Amino acid sequence: MIIYVNGEPQEIKQQPFTVADLLVLNQVEMPEMVSVQLNGEFVKREDYQTIQINDGDEIDFLYFMGGGAR
Amino acid sequence: MLKIKKEIYLQLIKYAWEEAPIEACGYLGGSGENVTEFQPLTNVDAAEDHFRLDPEEQFKVVRNWRAKGIKPLAVFHSHPETPARPSEEDIRLAFDPNISYVILSLEGDTPAIKSFKIRKGVVEPEAVEIVD
Repeated sequence: MIIYVNGEPQEIKQQPFTVADLLVLNQVEMPEMVSVQLNGEFVKREDYQTIQINDGDEIDFLYFMGGGAR
Repeated sequence: MLKIKKEIYLQLIKYAWEEAPIEACGYLGGSGENVTEFQPLTNVDAAEDHFRLDPEEQFKVVRNWRAKGIKPLAVFHSHPETPARPSEEDIRLAFDPNISYVILSLEGDTPAIKSFKIRKGVVEPEAVEIVD
């Protein structure tokens, strides 16, 4: 199947394929520090292991961004 | 290397002064090493020594830019009263191995801007050039 990850097409042969699988494939080492949207809707972190990604889905992930001056 | 258009650099300074004493933050976008866009973002912490972006705002900007062929190249934040170098917290909370971390310091008489790549706690300075 073809999915769109951060706007880029990716061919996925694994089935079923979850959000957690996607983050591993994209070498995200700390999944708890990313926010994920599947077809424009936020995915809860506790659902990363169970929500499946299907052909044609658009999935975006962004890293937490924060810091401090001290 | 990041090449930041002079007008963008001046926008960063203006925005940082407007937001001071809280830390200003946002995305810098463009293509390759050329920064041509600045999008201010809400500092959810609204603090003088912390910043945190709102993921919903982040997604909106990234998608809007994507439609125009603009890539997020750097996360910008200001240090109103400390130097332009990553703090311990900046380093600890830097999880994106690909993006540049740009810090603008308002300490002293002249603003100072620096950029860094931060991967797994290792900080690498990155040259910044202000271009016309």
